[in-house]
Amino acid sequence: MAKRIELNVDGKAHTIDADPDMPLLYALRDDLGLKNPKFGCGLAQCGACTVLIDGQPVRSCSMPVDSIGKGKITTMGGLNANGKPHKVQQAFIDEQVPQCGYCMNGWIMTTVSLLEKTPKPTDAQIEDALTGLKCRCATHASIMRAVRRAATA
Amino acid sequence: MNSHINRRHFLGSAGALTVSVLLPGQLAQAATFGADKRPPLDPKKLASYISIRADGSAIAYFGKMDMGQGTDVGVAQMVAEELDLPADKVIVLAGDSGTSLNQGGASGSTGVSHGGATLRNAAAEARYVLLELASKQLEVPMEDLSTANGVITSKSNPAKKTTYGELIGGRWFETEVEWNGKVGNDLSMKTRAKLKDPKDYKVYGTSQPRRDVEWKLLGTSDYVTDIKLPGMLHARTILPTVAGSVPTAVDEASIKDIPGAKVIWDKGLLGVVAPKEWDAIKASRQLKVTWSVVKAPFPDQKDLYTHIRNAKSIKSGGSAKNVDPAKVEEAFKGADKVIEATYEWPFQSHASMGPACAVVDYQPNGITTLWTGSQKPHFAGDGVAKVLGLKPEQVRGIWAAGPGSYGRNDAGDAAVFAALFSKATGKPVRYQGMRHEGSGWDPKSPASIHTIRAGLKDGKVVAWHFHSKAFDRLNVSSNESDPSDNLGAQMIGYAAKPGLTYATPEESYAFPVKQQTWEVIPPFLELVSPLRSSHLRDPLGPEIHFANEGFVDEVAYATGQDPVAYRLSLAAEQRDKDAIKAAADKAGWKTRTAARKEMKGDIATGQGIAFSQRNGTRVAIVAEVDVNMKTGKVHARKFTVAHDCGIVINPRLLTQGIEGNICQGLSRAVHEEVMFSKENVTSVDWLTYPILDITERPHEIDVVLINRQNLPPNGAGEGSMRPVVAAVANAIYDATGVRMRQGPFTPDRLKAGMA
Repeated sequence: MAKRIELNVDGKAHTIDADPDMPLLYALRDDLGLKNPKFGCGLAQCGACTVLIDGQPVRSCSMPVDSIGKGKITTMGGLNANGKPHKVQQAFIDEQVPQCGYCMNGWIMTTVSLLEKTPKPTDAQIEDALTGLKCRCATHASIMRAVRRAATA
Repeated sequence: MNSHINRRHFLGSAGALTVSVLLPGQLAQAATFGADKRPPLDPKKLASYISIRADGSAIAYFGKMDMGQGTDVGVAQMVAEELDLPADKVIVLAGDSGTSLNQGGASGSTGVSHGGATLRNAAAEARYVLLELASKQLEVPMEDLSTANGVITSKSNPAKKTTYGELIGGRWFETEVEWNGKVGNDLSMKTRAKLKDPKDYKVYGTSQPRRDVEWKLLGTSDYVTDIKLPGMLHARTILPTVAGSVPTAVDEASIKDIPGAKVIWDKGLLGVVAPKEWDAIKASRQLKVTWSVVKAPFPDQKDLYTHIRNAKSIKSGGSAKNVDPAKVEEAFKGADKVIEATYEWPFQSHASMGPACAVVDYQPNGITTLWTGSQKPHFAGDGVAKVLGLKPEQVRGIWAAGPGSYGRNDAGDAAVFAALFSKATGKPVRYQGMRHEGSGWDPKSPASIHTIRAGLKDGKVVAWHFHSKAFDRLNVSSNESDPSDNLGAQMIGYAAKPGLTYATPEESYAFPVKQQTWEVIPPFLELVSPLRSSHLRDPLGPEIHFANEGFVDEVAYATGQDPVAYRLSLAAEQRDKDAIKAAADKAGWKTRTAARKEMKGDIATGQGIAFSQRNGTRVAIVAEVDVNMKTGKVHARKFTVAHDCGIVINPRLLTQGIEGNICQGLSRAVHEEVMFSKENVTSVDWLTYPILDITERPHEIDVVLINRQNLPPNGAGEGSMRPVVAAVANAIYDATGVRMRQGPFTPDRLKAGMA
């Protein structure tokens, strides 16, 4: 049955009535009308739905909406909420990374988190952080260039 | 065909979209022209191809679209070149049957070679018309006028000048043009103007930026999945767990606790709708359904190739250059040695990044709108019209960026699901599949076996026969205008109309007798099959050339020749030789007449070459691999790609497109194989259908662009996908001495080969 749930998303407080077991993704997309996180698999296997919760990348397709508590949620669209692209977004723009682009939430949000912890990662550290994310258009070469670029921005 | 075109009259007068959907480019169009003022779309009217805005910039109406490789940018450059405008002064509005003619959608890498060439002609004609207008206005002969940056100036009296904007900005061209009467990829129009001499090109050859990356990374426009209409319902399908089975009883009460959830059931088609997306998903999982009991349709996966080998052939064909089969056999009789090998390739899946999505707003008394990620929105709109019992002119098909598309994936099916559900509910419906549907039920690239025989005499090939036996290339057509090719339409009774066709290798190897043939076998399941086959990026190219180029390698080694030198001796066309040589030189090819088997610890390293043509584009690839001899894991470390697609329009986007094809091709080479049980496809997610991981990426992709300034562009979307698999296999042979003749090249297959 529906439950009243509070969410802090991109710096704004929201209250929704939702099935507590509903994955966060649907609260973001359907209830709040935020379109950035994408449904890719619903199985936490691809990353297209990735958001940050308190700075940690989380697969929102598999995270029950009632489990977030007071965690601060950041979506990809929230990174540039002040009108200026985040340096990771800018690096991905400069490198013209995406083809279809449907997977980008995963790569961008995970890279944001990586660079917070490891501002100057080696290629091996980049791979460690990004392994498991899927890009079906196979833009891996551009992704690596963009992450390296973001790390030097 | 004419009715197909004339319908645009209706669409043209239908007015702007009244719903708030934010698609890239729409604002540019709306800001300049009221949609209601546009003359009806008609290939005889220049206004259907191009217009000039008040500020002198141009809009090209592209009846294809860009799937993320920058095709639209290339088209903008072609149009800009003929109009003497900077590239950023050309807007390309793509993939909307309400604004563009049907140029066939994204199809066969023809975006630039066909679609762009037609709009380039339109641009040349537009410039000609502008010069005519300027000649009158300035009272000077046309020959005295020059154009630059949208300004027309008298050469004899430079004080006399005008601009495109002044002459026609914000108004539509009234010029009639001659077109060739063909709808789709081949639609073209003639221009009275002389096309620009390539030596005068300024915009070709420049790396203009992509136009879609910013909104995709900032999240400021809508994907098809993001479209929301007032009163819209979310829909999901419930597909059988045993392929071929249909619902026989549905317990609607089983979902009565889910707010607004409703069942839609029509023969084999079963779906649920609900106002909230999560509720639709829950309902699809919770609904109690009884299914018909059917015989399991598939063989054991391990028997796939035996099945193909033994299956009856229902259609055969071959290269147009084939000779009398008796002559081929005669040539083999003259050989003193015949060598033969068989190569096998599995079903592969589009497995697009997300399951396909479509939104349909069914309006029986007005215009029904389809928003689709399909590569062919015009044709998809026609298919939706048929399945809804509407006239083609009553459906507007609009492409919106979707979760990836590499041919006929599940997007076409999503369009019909959304349409049927919208009609059934009388509400706008957004349908998106779940992951198991996107991977498990998308059309597949057909499994195949390829047998090649070479007759040798005195160490030289005197006879060559390449033969494929495979599932149908087009069990469902990649053109989506016929519901027979659609999963949902088949579920409600449309009969299958298989295309029964295949393909042959493309190269210029000059064997004295060269025969290329194929035969197609029946599908396991005629209708509603999760293994129905269709086009996946570079349809059949990777597997056919895996076999062809693998066997060329085999013959080279069998006759004591270096694989590069051997190909150079075989290639009859200079462009083929140039590409092979360019790749080998840049890669630092190590000449050899046997596998080198270089070892560093447990790692064997090798280098392999493969070459192919694709509709005139030539690509040679040298792959360098590391094979872990303990684990059997292959890492393709480096690729050197020599790429000749005629004139290069945008070097950076071309290079990035090639890089994408290399990595996607590598994924198909080392990972991708659709698994199935006797009952259904079991590759249903990323664990059961793995693709390339960032840790497996090539560390270097070195691209050599061979620019043919005086040759037309041949198309670059898929050519570099074609020889990737073969190059990897040939490198594995050099590293290990193991000849891979069955893909993908998984550790198990490598270890079996090394045992």
